[in-house]
Amino acid sequence: MPQPLLEVADLSVRFDTDDGVVHAVDRLSFTLGEGEVLGIVGESGCGKSVTCMSLVRLLPETARIAGRASLDGRDLLAMSPRDLRRVRGRAVSFVFQEPMTSLNPVFTVGRQVTEVLRRHLDLSRAAARDKALELFRLVRIPAPERRLEEYPHQLSGGMRQRVMIAIALACDPKVLVADEPTTALDVTIQAGILDLMRDIRERLGTSIILITHNLGVVADLADRVLVMYAGRKAEEAPVRELFAHPQHPYTIGLLGAIPRPYEGEEARRRLQEIPGRVPSLRELPTACAFAERCPRADELTRTQVPELREIRPQHWVACFHPGENGAA
Amino acid sequence: MSEVGDAGPVLEVVDLVKHFPAGGRITGRGSAVHAVDGVSFELERGEILGLVGESGSGKTTVANCVLRLTEPTSGTIRLRGTDITHLSRRQMRPRRRELHMVFQDPYSSLNPRMTVGDIVGEPVRLHRLARGRALDARVAETLDAVGLRPELRYRYPHELSGGQRQRVGLARSLILNPSVLVADEPVSALDVSVQASILNLLRDLQRTMGFSCLFITHDLATVEFLCDRVAVMYLGEIVELAPRAELFRSPQHPYTQALLSAAVVPDPAVQRERRQVVLDGDVPSPLAPPSGCRFHTRCPLHEQSAPASDEETPVLREFAPGHLVACHLVGPGRPAPRLVEDAAAIVEAG
Repeated sequence: MPQPLLEVADLSVRFDTDDGVVHAVDRLSFTLGEGEVLGIVGESGCGKSVTCMSLVRLLPETARIAGRASLDGRDLLAMSPRDLRRVRGRAVSFVFQEPMTSLNPVFTVGRQVTEVLRRHLDLSRAAARDKALELFRLVRIPAPERRLEEYPHQLSGGMRQRVMIAIALACDPKVLVADEPTTALDVTIQAGILDLMRDIRERLGTSIILITHNLGVVADLADRVLVMYAGRKAEEAPVRELFAHPQHPYTIGLLGAIPRPYEGEEARRRLQEIPGRVPSLRELPTACAFAERCPRADELTRTQVPELREIRPQHWVACFHPGENGAA
Repeated sequence: MSEVGDAGPVLEVVDLVKHFPAGGRITGRGSAVHAVDGVSFELERGEILGLVGESGSGKTTVANCVLRLTEPTSGTIRLRGTDITHLSRRQMRPRRRELHMVFQDPYSSLNPRMTVGDIVGEPVRLHRLARGRALDARVAETLDAVGLRPELRYRYPHELSGGQRQRVGLARSLILNPSVLVADEPVSALDVSVQASILNLLRDLQRTMGFSCLFITHDLATVEFLCDRVAVMYLGEIVELAPRAELFRSPQHPYTQALLSAAVVPDPAVQRERRQVVLDGDVPSPLAPPSGCRFHTRCPLHEQSAPASDEETPVLREFAPGHLVACHLVGPGRPAPRLVEDAAAIVEAG
C-alpha cells in the first residue's frame, strides 16, 4: 500500500474554557490517500470540523492540540507559523457551509480569487486574471468573464459555492476540506456541486475530506467513511461496506433514523430513534461514550473505553458488541 | 373535535396571490416580488399535505398567508368554511384556536424568559379556557403527550436540548386541539437522530388527535415518510399536486422529475446507479418571472413544449384522478416524457 498523503495519529483537541476543559477530539487517527474522498460523518458537536481545523491550526488560542499529523511526510503540528501559512490555502484548502459569509461582500469575486493567486503563487495581475477565468470555467460558472466583475450578493447560493470552490482550488491543493459544502443549498443545486467535486477529484486528483451530517451525500461521493461520536471514532469502513454492514450501534441508529425516498410503503416505517443525548465533553470518559444511549450497553461498556478493532477487512469498530443486527 | 354538519375541507386556499412591493425609493414604483401567484389547494380533514419547494418557491409565504401573518394581495382562505381572508385581528382571535403553527428554529421561537409550563399554557390562558389547577392539569397532559417529563415545566428554554425545545413548540401548538397545524420546516434545524423522534412524534400525534397538517419542507424523504398528499411549488406556483405514492411513483412535471432525481439516497449501491437530471441555470428572479410556464427557462423538455410554454401559462389540470399537473406536455391520461428511468426501477436495481 502506498504511503498515505495525510496521516493523523492520536490527535486530541482540548479547549480550556471558564467551565473547565472540553475534550472536543479524543485520540483520533485516520489517513487520507492520494485522490481519495474520505467522508467524516457525525452530528453537531462530535468534533468533525474541529478535527480538520486543528490540522492547519485554524482554531482559537484556547485550543490545545496533541498528537501527530503529517502531510506528505511533513509534520503539520510542529510547523512554524510561517511554514503553516504556506500550507494553508495552498496544500490544504477549505470550503465551508455558508458561501455568503465566507466571501467578502465589498470586493468582486474576481478580486477575491486573484488575491489568493497573487499571494500564494506570486502571479502578475494579468496572469492572475487569466488563471481566475480558467478556474471559473473549471468549476463550470457560466459567463465567467462577466461573473468575475460581480459582487457576492449578485450571485445565487450555488454560484457562490462554486466561487468558493474555485478559490479553494486556486493553488492546486493536495487536500480539499469540504465542511458541509451543500448543507445550505437546495437539492437541485446540491446535485450540481456534488457532481463538480467528483469531477475535480477525477481531473485533478485532489484528495477530499468531506465533512457532513448527510448520509446521502456521503453515499454519493465518499470512498471511505469515518463515523465520529463525541470526539472519537466509532466506526470506519469503505463506503459500500459501511452502508451494507454497519457494526456500531450508533451507525446503525443513524442509518435507521433517516427517512429514505423512493421506498414506497417501506418509507413509512417508523423511524429509529436514538434515545438520550450526546454526553458532555467536559470530562474524559472512562467508558464507551455511547453507553448511555446504547441498546447493547452492559457492565463492560460502562466501565471501559472500547478500542478500535478490525472486525472485517478494512472495517474498524470501537465497540464491545459489534454486529449488524439489533442485539449482539 | 369535529362538529355536526362540518363536512368539506378544513382549509381551502383559492387563487392566493402575494406580491411584495420592491424597489421603491430609488428605482421608482411598479416592481413587485411575485412570491405567490395563484396558488389553490384544499386541506382535507385529518390529512397531512406536504408543500415542497426550494428556497424562493413561496412555500413559507403561503404558510404565512394561511396563518394571516401576512396580508395576501388577493385570493381567498377559508377555515372550516369561513372566509378568514379579510378578518380583523379581533375577529381572527377566536379562530386562532383552530389554527396553530410550529416554527423551524426551536431556539428563537420560544420566549427565553418564560418557563416551559408558561409557554405551553399560554394559549389556554390567552383564550381564557382554563386557569389554576385545570390549566396545570392540561399543561401536564400535553407535556406528557409530546413525551416530556412533567418536571420540565419549571425549566427555561435554554436548559433544554434542541429536540426538547421542538417538543415544547409542538405542545404549545397542540394544547388547544387545533384543527389545522402549520409546520414550517420543523425538523430541519435538528440533528438526524433528533429529527427521527420529532417526525415519529408528529405522525403519532396526528393519528391520535386527528388534526390536519400543512407540512412545509424542502426534504423529499421527509415528505414521503409523513405526508398523504404532496404539492410541489416552483417560483410561486404549484406545478404538481398528487397523492404521495402516486407522486413518487409517477412524477409528471419536469421540475418534479428533476427534484426527485436530485435527492440523494443514503445507500451507495443505489445512489451511484441513479441518474440525475441536472437543471441548467439558476431559479429566475421572482421580480420578473418568465412568461408562460415559469419553468421554461430551465426545462430539459423545453424543445418539446415550446412555443406554447413561452407564451401561455399552463394551468393545473387533472392528469389522473387526484393528480394535478401544470405542464403543456401533460394532459388527461397523457404523461410527460420521462427524464430518467422510473424511480421504482432504480430502487429494485439496488
